[in-house]
Amino acid sequence: MAVFVLKRLASLLASLLFASLAIFLVLEVLPGDPAAFMLGLNAAPDTVAALREQLGLTAPLPQRYFGWLAGMTVGDFGISYTYRVPVSDLIGARVQVSVPLAAYALTLSTLIAIPVGAIAASARNTPLDAGIMGMTQLGVALPNFWFAMLLVLVFSVGLRWFSAGGFPGWDDPFAAMRALTLPAVALALPQAAILARVMRSSLLDTLDQEYMRTARAKGLSQGQALRRHALRNALIPVLTIMGLQFSFLLAGAIIIENVFFLPGLGRLVFQAISARDLVVVRSVVMLLVFAVVTVNFLVDFTYALVDPRLRRPVS
Amino acid sequence: MRVGANLIAGIGLSVFFLALAGVSLVWTPYDVTLLVVGDRLQPPSQAHWLGTDHFGRDILSMIMVGARTSIAVALIAVGVGVIFGVPLGLFAAAMRGSLADEIVMRGNDLVFAFPALVIAILITAIFGPGAVNAIIAIGIFNIPVFARVARGAALSVWTREFIMAARLSGKGSAHISFEHILPNIANTLIVQATIQFSLGILAEAGLAYVGLGAQPPQPSWGRMLAEAQTMIALAPHVAIIPGLTIVLMVLGLNLFGDGLRDYLDPRLRERRP
Amino acid sequence: MLAALWAIPALAQRTDIVVGLVLEPPHLDPTAGAAAAIDEVGYANIFEGLTRFGPDGAILPALARSWDISEDGLTYTFHLHEGVSFHDGTPFTANDVAFSFTRAMAEDSVNAQKGLFEPIASVEAADDLTAVVTLDYPYGNLPFNLAWGDAVIVSSQTAQTNTTSPVGTGPFRFVRWTQGDSIVIERNPDYWGEPARLERATFRFIDDPSAAFAAMMAEDVDTFPIYPAPETLAILDADPRFVAVIGSTEGETILAMNNRRAPLDNILVRQAITHAIDRQALIEGAMFGYGTPIGTHFAPHHPAYVDLTGLSAYDPDRSRALLEEAGVGPITLALALPPPPTYARRGGELIAAQLRAVGIDTRIVNMEWSQWLEQVFSGKDFDLTVISHTEPMDIEIYGREDYYFGYGAPQFQAIMEELNLSVDPDRRTELLQAAQRDIAENYVNAYLFQLAKTAIQHVDIEGLWANAPTQATDLTAVYWR
Repeated sequence: MAVFVLKRLASLLASLLFASLAIFLVLEVLPGDPAAFMLGLNAAPDTVAALREQLGLTAPLPQRYFGWLAGMTVGDFGISYTYRVPVSDLIGARVQVSVPLAAYALTLSTLIAIPVGAIAASARNTPLDAGIMGMTQLGVALPNFWFAMLLVLVFSVGLRWFSAGGFPGWDDPFAAMRALTLPAVALALPQAAILARVMRSSLLDTLDQEYMRTARAKGLSQGQALRRHALRNALIPVLTIMGLQFSFLLAGAIIIENVFFLPGLGRLVFQAISARDLVVVRSVVMLLVFAVVTVNFLVDFTYALVDPRLRRPVS
Repeated sequence: MRVGANLIAGIGLSVFFLALAGVSLVWTPYDVTLLVVGDRLQPPSQAHWLGTDHFGRDILSMIMVGARTSIAVALIAVGVGVIFGVPLGLFAAAMRGSLADEIVMRGNDLVFAFPALVIAILITAIFGPGAVNAIIAIGIFNIPVFARVARGAALSVWTREFIMAARLSGKGSAHISFEHILPNIANTLIVQATIQFSLGILAEAGLAYVGLGAQPPQPSWGRMLAEAQTMIALAPHVAIIPGLTIVLMVLGLNLFGDGLRDYLDPRLRERRP
Repeated sequence: MLAALWAIPALAQRTDIVVGLVLEPPHLDPTAGAAAAIDEVGYANIFEGLTRFGPDGAILPALARSWDISEDGLTYTFHLHEGVSFHDGTPFTANDVAFSFTRAMAEDSVNAQKGLFEPIASVEAADDLTAVVTLDYPYGNLPFNLAWGDAVIVSSQTAQTNTTSPVGTGPFRFVRWTQGDSIVIERNPDYWGEPARLERATFRFIDDPSAAFAAMMAEDVDTFPIYPAPETLAILDADPRFVAVIGSTEGETILAMNNRRAPLDNILVRQAITHAIDRQALIEGAMFGYGTPIGTHFAPHHPAYVDLTGLSAYDPDRSRALLEEAGVGPITLALALPPPPTYARRGGELIAAQLRAVGIDTRIVNMEWSQWLEQVFSGKDFDLTVISHTEPMDIEIYGREDYYFGYGAPQFQAIMEELNLSVDPDRRTELLQAAQRDIAENYVNAYLFQLAKTAIQHVDIEGLWANAPTQATDLTAVYWR
């Protein structure tokens, strides 16, 4: 077990190191100069040069790379070129929007998907099942930004139940949750459609297992057997998909954040790319990669705990 | 084997859009490069079945030509994934348990760990926006998908008896992979390709929506949506039609993929997610 | 919840406002960046200069209550207001004037409009309330230059931290900035002049045009001084809650041509391009009718403006004939388009179609600002680009040989040189008109239209600027009816 963990940990570190190098180098070839961007049309070339110097853009490459790495290990991500505040402050503020939004969307999607998937499974091969499956097909095919657009049109512009976007901060948790509701729904529905399908198929798998037949033989009804035994076992693949979806939602909300002008991580990185605020871009991308790699590691680790067969390198 | 309703509906929708794209090569109701500001934002009518957009262009013609863009981008991106991913997966399966296998699989995980949209934006920031760069951005993320699927499917084939026989007759790993393994995993790959194709259509729409896909004057569904978004209060059809088109196309491909899987492997019917 | 409270018929007038801005400022120091958004938040609200722009573009006294000019025109003596202090309590004196200008002129200055200070030789504080500016050569336009946001007075104590917590002398002081979302300012109770009537103002950043529409309709925002989606302006205007105010800006929108590069170095080709463009269709199609056609690089509301649109009237046949005469054969030009969705992206697509109609093919390249600045503006690697030049009175850019479109003809430079030295208003007008004619007759660029200031605001708001002589959201006189 210890060997397995150590090996996976080493591979995790190697991945992160490789990722950091890739990100750094890719951003180096990005055309566009942050200093020129900030000074605009009337600036003289020597003014731009003075700003480049001030921003520390003139140091040699390796020095900047290792400086960045060393800083990150102690939580220092540098100073944003454009905003002129520490990147860690920016990220800290944005995480307060992105993480709750992803969690909210995931909760919604789970609350919809699990019962819907279970109903479809228990009603398998009936018109109800077919109807639900048809709806989920539609959900999977829905571009979330288009759906978001329609939500705004109906609920903000038309009914005026929700504000059209923006984020008031967590001082008033009620208002904050309200502001995140439409974006969370827009993100959650397509995810819920996927999750419901996974839930249904995984339930059907377990329903055919030996112990389920035993449970039925002992006189439990299909519904009772489903609730007592199948549900728990069927949740394992569902949880795996949820893990994947959380990291997807964290970074994948860029377009939704734009539609609802939410100050989240996705929009931060999008704007930072346009402004060539590379300090921000590389740190946020690195952070997202770190989050995904770590979640994967934890998932593998948990599986290995549960199922020793998985400790071998080939899964 | 029974051909499912899904498969029929899927084939119907997919063929319909392929036909639209095909017809647009030789004929469209109107010229999509002709801008007539005076005719803008007209509702659907006899002259313009789906109405006109903010430049007075015929929306039906735009959808037809846009189908070409979407299909081409998604299809080539799938091709990129197959060409690079499948050999990688076969290689990893042939070398199962070795360091090379570990490196390939960890490399795959690493690509998956990158936020796809952010990387796509970076790629277009470096090379400029355009259909080709959208293909690259979507294609890169198709590679690990096909590598993983190919490896998984190939692993189970490797344990089969006829492979043992082939090995005993002295054939090398590469030879076996392409001659014996590949034909046996083709079904799985075709189904995966359909899924990636539909995801590619969605991804292309998303990229074009944020302005990173095909560039004007080449029509694209995602950009039609983006440009129509502000007109939605003036002329809702301009934003609703391209959105519905994307939904129908993706729906058709998904149904097609599911139906195909059921058809090829009926044991899995009703079980698949 | 706040929205619910607002919905109740207000017993007292509202004393707060939510202003929608399309772009978020990168930072808040107007002396260290060109972003218009910095001034849209801070100009006249947080920071003040010696002089300022009034709502009609007139130059008004601000921190300087008056000034004298020496006989030789080389010395300006500014008399400062008494009892002015910065938001941190530090008293404002002539030393701050000397500090601010010296800092902007310094070798390592990062002032985006360093050129404004070019005529200045030195700045000194004669006493606490008198600042003396000495020039290298007589320059009549100094009060205009000093009215810019880039010439505001900052305190030496806080100059380094103005980027994130701006400290000025204005009627509002900075409260809080939620990056990516909003900036809040509040009334400065110790303001030296007429106090502001609003207690608090929030600037909210919404770059998506449809989000801007939704935010207005949902009343999340009270006004957009520059509303980004002209297509929905009429809908909002028709709503009894809102009113649209259409004014003028200093933004000349042009199709810039690379005069250095063949075939655009040929005046016949450039002229052909200008005749291919239908300005009315462009204004209608891209701006939904908001905008004034221009025939030269000059604001039509300026008294010295000459209407030269006739020189480049829409005439596709003429255009084809000119191309024939130039003998250039079939041409394909790259058309670089910066991000603004209205004039640049929509306008660019229309121009491409209009050029195609006379036989000029274009390859549209959409760009982000940073890329546009690097490739087009600094690198001069482009054929055509659509851009709005928003700086006031910037016709002098045509005198710069190394400017991106590359004109700088000697006869034009001569006009500019004389203009800089003349103080006689009539002569200045003559020279400005000669300059306008020169660039129109030489078809340096295709001059398209003057951007309109398309504001949308709640009907009960009074005191917002109707025009935009400079990029600013001056809230000093704003109140709710």
